[in-house]
Amino acid sequence: MKVGLWKIAHARSGDKADRSDIGLFAYDAPTYQVLKREVTRERVAQHFAATCKGPVEIYPLDNLLALKIVLNAALEGGAARSLRMDNLGKTVAAALLRMEIEAPADLPRLARA
Amino acid sequence: MKSVRIGAGLGFYGDSWRPVRASIESGNVAYIASDHLAELTLAILQKDRQKDPSAGYARDCVPMLTELWPLAAPRGVKFVMNAGGLNPHGAREAVARAFREKGLKAKIAVVTGDSISDRIDELQASGETLANMDTGAEIGAVRDKLLFANAYLGAAPIAEALAQGADIVITGRVADAALSLGPLMHELGWRWDDWDRLAQGLTVGHLLECSGQASGGNFGSAGDWAKVQNFLHLGYPIAEVSEDGSALLTKAPGTGGKVSFDTLRQQLLYEVHDPHAYYSPDVVLDMGTLDFDDKGNDAVRITGASGARRPDTLKVVAGYHDGWMGIGQIGFSWPDAYLKCETSANIIKGLVEERGWKPDQINVEYVGYNALLGANADPAQRDNLNECFLRMTVRTNDRRIAEGFSRLFPWLGLSGPPYAGGLRGSERARELLGLWPTLVRRDLIEPRVSVDVEVVA
Repeated sequence: MKVGLWKIAHARSGDKADRSDIGLFAYDAPTYQVLKREVTRERVAQHFAATCKGPVEIYPLDNLLALKIVLNAALEGGAARSLRMDNLGKTVAAALLRMEIEAPADLPRLARA
Repeated sequence: MKSVRIGAGLGFYGDSWRPVRASIESGNVAYIASDHLAELTLAILQKDRQKDPSAGYARDCVPMLTELWPLAAPRGVKFVMNAGGLNPHGAREAVARAFREKGLKAKIAVVTGDSISDRIDELQASGETLANMDTGAEIGAVRDKLLFANAYLGAAPIAEALAQGADIVITGRVADAALSLGPLMHELGWRWDDWDRLAQGLTVGHLLECSGQASGGNFGSAGDWAKVQNFLHLGYPIAEVSEDGSALLTKAPGTGGKVSFDTLRQQLLYEVHDPHAYYSPDVVLDMGTLDFDDKGNDAVRITGASGARRPDTLKVVAGYHDGWMGIGQIGFSWPDAYLKCETSANIIKGLVEERGWKPDQINVEYVGYNALLGANADPAQRDNLNECFLRMTVRTNDRRIAEGFSRLFPWLGLSGPPYAGGLRGSERARELLGLWPTLVRRDLIEPRVSVDVEVVA
């Protein structure tokens, strides 16, 4: 079934020059396996097509049940020259949590709800 | 086994030091590591210094230390802070002046040598290209517009200042985590090539450098953020680091917030690029082997960091003038709140065109609809808003256009769409800055680094 990431994961974003970076965290190990499979560079690039002008990188971290996602050339050249209200990209993580992925209905966070 | 407790200070210039009191009074810390410099803070300090040569440091260190030092001194708590910005000596003079007025005494060290803004020619002559490490661009394009250029120094000069007996260490630009790693190196006697222990220290420093973000603040989530208790009295994180490198992350008893596997891993990966190669001046950290053992009750034990040899280069970030931003805003209530904003945006664009202004970029955002989420906003909500604000910004090299842009907005109040409020029609132009990250050989920087200690009494 289609599931919004916000139901099964948490996330924080930050900036370094023109690079926006997101930590995406599963609450549990089964969900982490799903994130690793479904949250691909292609899906993320498509989700941020309007703002991310460079390549997307994803680093899985099994020990942290986390994906480190890096959006290159995504902040209009960087916070100090950006015209955007969210020039630091602090809400990029929220935007990612809106992404929907294919996930089994029996994931712990979904079963509990 | 010997251990040392370090508490987080500020996470940025303008952050609150109120939560630091609890760490000093009941958190049993020996050090406060306070980070006043975000990537672009030096640009703000450069503007201060242009107006007043004695300025150029993060001014909040003066009231912060004046208030906290009387609590810290009797307990033997020391401060390490990068509040010196572009003028660490100026920061010390200001603190010393305030201390003398209050009858406070301290040994205050200053670390300098991070600024390379007047060494560009010399460094290029030594073979450094100073090319942009992200884009590969040559520095010639921005050379004449540079406002500052500073290297990120490591923990060594901080440890040296503490060895000289400093109570308070004020630096310019250092790696944020060095503010914690310096005291750890001084206290625990680790070797400078003990990469795994340095990696543990870097992990701790990175977790402490953003104040409340490691203890429940900005816990990015849907719903779970609201389970964080007592934001009002949120405690800043504290790390107790042992000789063997293991660390216990916690916060002062009775404070709000949350220290857990969840809150800490959000901060661990914050503003990190490749987590298997997190560069600092002192060690390269691989986060892939870290182990977080959440003991409950705001206590998490961290072990397992892997370190690799420190790099032969230091990161330098320079800032350069990159044009001006003009900004205007107007809000509208129901009915048709979004449509009225969109109509107004077109009117403003028409006014810009009729005046013959040619800004490089016009940015239109609808506050209440998509100003934060941008293209990821839900379009289904667009036409049913209670209210909506039009925020428009322009990019231009002509400061007068940036100033004039805001003044196009007030006219809409009587001659545009109905039910307007929240006008911002007299905003100053804002200087835009480009950041220029580059690398410089450390042996060209480190011989210029110096530490001097002064007794303020």
